[in-house]
Amino acid sequence: MTEKIKVWPGTPLSDKDLAAKKVLLTEWHPNLKYAWDTGMGYGRYFAELKKGRIVGTKCNKCRRVLLPARVFCEWCFRTVDEWVYLKDTGIINTFSIAYTGSMAERLKEPVIPALVEIDGSGGVAIMHLISEVDPWKVKIGMKVKAVWKPEQKREGAITDIMYWKPI
Amino acid sequence: MRKVAVVGAGMTKFMRRAQETGKELAWQAARMALDSCELTLKDVDCVVMGTAPDAFDMIHMKAEYLSDGAGAWRKPYVRGFLGGGTGVFTADQAWYHVASGLFDVCLAVTEEKMSSCLPHPQGAFVTCWDQYTESPLGTSLLWFFAWEMNRYMTMHGITERDIAAVSVKNKKNALDHPCAQLAAEITVDDVMKSEIMAWPVKRLDVSPTSDGAAALVFVSEDVAKRITDKPVWVEGVGWCLDTMYIGQRDLYYPKYVEYAARMAYDMAGIKEPRKEIHIAEPYDPFDYKELHHMEGLLLCDKGEAPRLLADGVTQRTGNLPVCPSGGLLGVGNAIAASGMIKVAELFWQLRGEAGKRQVPGKPQRGVAQAWGDEMQVGTVIVLGV
Repeated sequence: MTEKIKVWPGTPLSDKDLAAKKVLLTEWHPNLKYAWDTGMGYGRYFAELKKGRIVGTKCNKCRRVLLPARVFCEWCFRTVDEWVYLKDTGIINTFSIAYTGSMAERLKEPVIPALVEIDGSGGVAIMHLISEVDPWKVKIGMKVKAVWKPEQKREGAITDIMYWKPI
Repeated sequence: MRKVAVVGAGMTKFMRRAQETGKELAWQAARMALDSCELTLKDVDCVVMGTAPDAFDMIHMKAEYLSDGAGAWRKPYVRGFLGGGTGVFTADQAWYHVASGLFDVCLAVTEEKMSSCLPHPQGAFVTCWDQYTESPLGTSLLWFFAWEMNRYMTMHGITERDIAAVSVKNKKNALDHPCAQLAAEITVDDVMKSEIMAWPVKRLDVSPTSDGAAALVFVSEDVAKRITDKPVWVEGVGWCLDTMYIGQRDLYYPKYVEYAARMAYDMAGIKEPRKEIHIAEPYDPFDYKELHHMEGLLLCDKGEAPRLLADGVTQRTGNLPVCPSGGLLGVGNAIAASGMIKVAELFWQLRGEAGKRQVPGKPQRGVAQAWGDEMQVGTVIVLGV
């Protein structure tokens, strides 16, 4: 069939066509704001971050640590049993050296986003940033420690940890 | 359940920016699919539509917006939405509409118009991340792929050059695809020297953003026997979702793709996929993903896919051609439509109608797969003649 079709539909445009206003466009610039409740699990997780502590929850049926803290175990489908404090150290599970930002804009200095397995969690990782290191010297398996914002500047958010640095 | 056949396929060119609207693209693909099997909209009992995030167009209820282009008015209509996994899932969905006995003819249409989102559709992905624990870190979707590629390389001792060869193969295969957006003759060195986006991901490791549409026609056995002497049968379907907490699973292996593949292979009665699958169209939005997905589809051992590639097994003339279409890396990545063109490619290949892309040796059975959602869904379909 593909060989029988001579003309395939579709009209490609280039950036030049747009700049030259060869086609009509209609634009919309939404300006909306959202406020998300943090809920029961994340609410306490963030409150503890404000105090400089990382907290998870534990399901005694599957014996897993849930991180970030949640109030129900999605595997056993039951309420978790306890809150457990974890260390603010861990190891790098994987990482990137990123030269692009969230809008695909290019960054002059790269950031190092990573998954960090938190010590005491049984290998569960959280997403965060690595710093105070030459990006090209970062390795999977490297030990890292959280660098916290000064106490008075913390607001109960994941960014209360500024980044993690190798130790 | 009833036997279901694919009898028609259509697609538009894949383009960085199309002048046509989404519904115009959807109409072009749907019209071509119906024409190809000489059916009209009157013969269609129901329509399924696959289209990915509303945020690309910022049009609420996007499937309803696209519904006239999909031929849905005054018919039972449903939208499937699994992010990047949508294209193959839409085919799975069309299968169960007919297999269930509810409908005899189902038109499946997929569309994506990513170019509406400025300055770059990447921005529409900001809310893909957890709004409490992830996006405040300034996330880019590329981080995820970089983590996965890095973990995959590190666990198996695979190099960036091993992986770059996928991009070289697929972009070359796409030179023979009439709808391709980024077909090219490039080298591994070109990939290695291309701009670092989020190491280890470089510019030429990545598929482009695209506008485009694709459509397929699914019919029951009795209709198939009446209208064609070359039906392509749906032998198996499967889909599976893994955890949203990415720190809770190991990115080096896509377990959920394996589960989806096992579901489809069981249905198809396939015991040894490495021998019984003749062509594979795994989802390749990034070059490492083709290898990762070949492993998840049980077409080779974990960490072995780069060796098959290096040995030429996955070339169009190899023992197991992988992405003979040119894949997303070569044809383009109009999210939902890009999954469906993989199913369309199997349809054309199994009927011996793929033209310059035709795989030699009269292949009898193929598998197509897509991946996406929040990077933890696998959708699979097995077609055979």
